[in-house]
Amino acid sequence: MDDVLLRLDRVSKHFGGLKAVDNVSFELAKGEILGLIGPNGAGKTTCFNLISGVYTPTSGAIYLEEKPTGGLPPYRMASLGVGRTFQVVKPFSTLSVVQNVMVALGLKRYGGVISSFAPWETKKSRKEAMTLLEEVGIAHLADTPSGQLPLGNQRRLELARALALMPGVLLLDETFSGLRHEEISLLSKLVLEVRNKGISVLLIEHNMKVAMGLSDRLVVLDHGRLLAEGKPEDIRSDPAVIEAYLGKGASANAS
Amino acid sequence: MNDYSITILTFIAIQAIVACGLNVIVGYAGQISLGHAAFFGIGAYSSALLTTKAGLTFWAALPLVILITGSIGLVLGMPSLRLREDFLAVTTIGINFIVESVFLYVPFFGGALGLGGIPSITFLGTRLRGPNFLYLCLVLLGLVLLISRRFTKSWAGLACFALREEETAASSMGVSPIRFKLLAFVLGTAMAGMGGALYAHLMRFISATDFGFPLSITLMSMVVLGGIGTLWGPVLGALILGVLPEVFRPLIDYRMLLNAAILLLMIRFQPAGLLGEGSFLRGLFQRKGGTSNG
Repeated sequence: MDDVLLRLDRVSKHFGGLKAVDNVSFELAKGEILGLIGPNGAGKTTCFNLISGVYTPTSGAIYLEEKPTGGLPPYRMASLGVGRTFQVVKPFSTLSVVQNVMVALGLKRYGGVISSFAPWETKKSRKEAMTLLEEVGIAHLADTPSGQLPLGNQRRLELARALALMPGVLLLDETFSGLRHEEISLLSKLVLEVRNKGISVLLIEHNMKVAMGLSDRLVVLDHGRLLAEGKPEDIRSDPAVIEAYLGKGASANAS
Repeated sequence: MNDYSITILTFIAIQAIVACGLNVIVGYAGQISLGHAAFFGIGAYSSALLTTKAGLTFWAALPLVILITGSIGLVLGMPSLRLREDFLAVTTIGINFIVESVFLYVPFFGGALGLGGIPSITFLGTRLRGPNFLYLCLVLLGLVLLISRRFTKSWAGLACFALREEETAASSMGVSPIRFKLLAFVLGTAMAGMGGALYAHLMRFISATDFGFPLSITLMSMVVLGGIGTLWGPVLGALILGVLPEVFRPLIDYRMLLNAAILLLMIRFQPAGLLGEGSFLRGLFQRKGGTSNG
């Protein structure tokens, strides 16, 4: 567990005067599930965008396997093994569900001139995509245009696409929100399986039951700052965390 | 067929080649371009200059023309494609006007007098005229369609579709936006260059105004009318917009008005084009011939 895969070292991201992420440091170990929680506007998604290369940090550095990644664009981060889902789902709407997954399967092909001209609609790529769709439970919708799926299934598709990248780090941005109870337990089980394969998972989650249940450790952000870090049971009773969520004075009533 | 219809069909085939190129950029990669006529012109002028001033034959010039037009596409695409949507649209319009002005005001390109004395194409010692010229255009149109089809079946094509739908998501899946937008742009402009070469040797005289902004709009109308992002859409669009003015000769003064009306009706009733997803024609084909995924 001591193998550090991803490390944020005093990372800040400012948008004009707004310090969306302010001097945040934390580590993600190999094979760990780390929950990133905090009230709305705490900077969780900004953190994801920094790690996946959508933004460059204003200051500080991000290390993947101890190599600095600051400034690399998202497509480079993907090839380095960072797979992510989006809080606001981003399906390739007119493409079918299985084609969406195949886009991600092409990760290794897009870099080469010759490999990017090989045909994509092969039996092999379809089979690989179908396997992933079965894992997330939407194989029966393979040929439906992805834009027509309800939100829950689009979230599952996002997960399948991220897994198709065969990432070392999986970033899940509220993948469980808007899902029904049985869908949540199916996907939770899948996330645990993914972890058991040695993939590290960083997840943003508002559903505390899910976040506490899945994560090995939690990192709490509030107003862009790191508020607390630790095991779920410690975080649950941390007065500072309760205050951030429920307001001043609530911690006294809660305990 | 008489000479008149053959000439009309030849024009249509050439415009279909150019429209197919635009379709790669707009339909496959989702990058709006309202200056496609500029690259048609660059192809025409390159071929005219290479055959008149450098003394090459059409066949020797053609690969060079494609190379030159594609390279200029690369150079002009590099800064432009970093822009999105309306900004890209305005920039490509600008490119069209600049290229047209260069042809019009630089003496090397013949200035306002244009370029004349462009040789006809000879094949196995005979001059290609009438139906034979049409056959050449059709063969090259076939080639362009083959390349388009091959492109949509390649990972590069899939990467372009993904970029068209959702750039951020595509990027996080390993697709470099600028690389694949540029690839589509170069491919599309090279096709326009090929069409331009054919045009120059068909007309044997060209001038800057042949490649103005109105032509860019007509090309875009062809793509939209036929079905943006479909293989045969641009061909059907070129055919309809090429034939209609001939059928309705008496209404020639109202040509632009009719084109606008057709476009508005299309956008209202068949937004994906005549051959697009969910269109009337496609429904008809699918009922007759089972499922198709062209």
